[in-house]
Amino acid sequence: MTTTDITRSIDARGMPCPGPLMSLIGAIREGQVDDVIEVLSSDEGSRSDIPAWVSKAGHEMVEVVEDEGFAHFVIRKVK
Amino acid sequence: MPARVVVLGGGVGGTLVANLLDKELGKDVQVTVVDPTGMHDYQPGYLYVALGEASGHWLSRDERTLLRKGVDLAIEEAVRIHPDAQTVQLARGGSLEYDYLVIATGARLVHDAIPGLAEGSFGFYSLGDSERLREELRRFTGGRLLIGIAGIPYKCPPAPVEFTMMVEEYFRKKGIRDKSSVTLLSPLNRAFTIESASKLIQPIMEQRGIELETFFNVETVQPSDGTVSSLEGDTKEYDLLVLVPPHRGAQVVIDSGLGDAGGWLPTDKHTLNVEGQERIFGLGDATNLPISKSGSTAHFEAPVIASRIASMIHGTAPKENYGGRVMCFLETGNGQATALRFDYEHPPVPPQPNRGWHMAKWIFNRAYWETVPQGRLPEQAPGTMPKGA
Repeated sequence: MTTTDITRSIDARGMPCPGPLMSLIGAIREGQVDDVIEVLSSDEGSRSDIPAWVSKAGHEMVEVVEDEGFAHFVIRKVK
Repeated sequence: MPARVVVLGGGVGGTLVANLLDKELGKDVQVTVVDPTGMHDYQPGYLYVALGEASGHWLSRDERTLLRKGVDLAIEEAVRIHPDAQTVQLARGGSLEYDYLVIATGARLVHDAIPGLAEGSFGFYSLGDSERLREELRRFTGGRLLIGIAGIPYKCPPAPVEFTMMVEEYFRKKGIRDKSSVTLLSPLNRAFTIESASKLIQPIMEQRGIELETFFNVETVQPSDGTVSSLEGDTKEYDLLVLVPPHRGAQVVIDSGLGDAGGWLPTDKHTLNVEGQERIFGLGDATNLPISKSGSTAHFEAPVIASRIASMIHGTAPKENYGGRVMCFLETGNGQATALRFDYEHPPVPPQPNRGWHMAKWIFNRAYWETVPQGRLPEQAPGTMPKGA
């Protein structure tokens, strides 16, 4: 797991697609540059949707860690 | 003494839950609906107003005419909910006491949350916005039309796609299609929130020459130079911009400290209780549930809440749970539509668009006033729900 300080954690487990991604987009909208946002998602679609959006939007995907039945996404707001 | 139930909001969910409780419990309950306007609006009709296919007069009725005689209607604005005292404070003074409270206050459109949106774009999420868009579409002689979504969650998720498909047909009929481009700006990497529906819709869009711009979450509109910019850093030029404005929960929910950051009620997805509140229920657009904000959702939730309150009044354990049932039509233009039927466990498998579903939607629009608010539409009408749901 990352040692980066998490600014905001979103537990979107159980939330269907596109809920986890939309929660992340909402957090990016509200956040400050350099905020580190963690999203926990059990939705399969998040595994492709979240990295694709982070790349498109120009933020940094710090890490993706698989856990039992869900994944941790850690994203840094770059701009 | 009858149990006192206060329902905040006289929309589809609030009206239905009030009528069901009065019908089922009779003298054992006194239901009061609190609504600031006393008018009941049929919001799915706004889409047709914008495209000149309907006028506004059939979209609004006096709420009193939709409620059973035993239900009280208070045309008042609720300004604060006090769960500990079990009271609702009213704007003009005074308060209502309740034994059970149903919060069906809907969603608010917040045009000013996006800089430039109010001045630079049109919409179809209120009657006034739809009427302005209808006039603008009549004046429009061709150019770049962009349709976008300026915040999630928003009501009636299929509506922007429906508008896109229908306006493309409108341009063809008006003879300006060859002078126009039609582009849907989607906040996701597909046309629609539901993947199976996107797979059905995107080939149709392509066939009709409708462009799709993905991952475009509208951030600002620059009316002076006719551009719209996204959170992702893209900017697009437009001649006509149609946006779904950001939505928030009701002010009374926010002011009462019951909402989340967006003003939505944290609500149990099965019991529909507001988190930590045994006697308060969240209904329809007002909740934070990860499900469509639509009249259909409220329609299927209302009987669950009515049943649970009735059980509690009778001193028995509530048994009914909400399984996430939703049923929506999706117009695809050219006189055709498809249907989205799903619940928490069963994603939709939409049929190929056809005239039958378009006719079904039109009949439903017309029959609404005499069926849904009164609970006359069977909860599981044949062919309307997924098998096994």
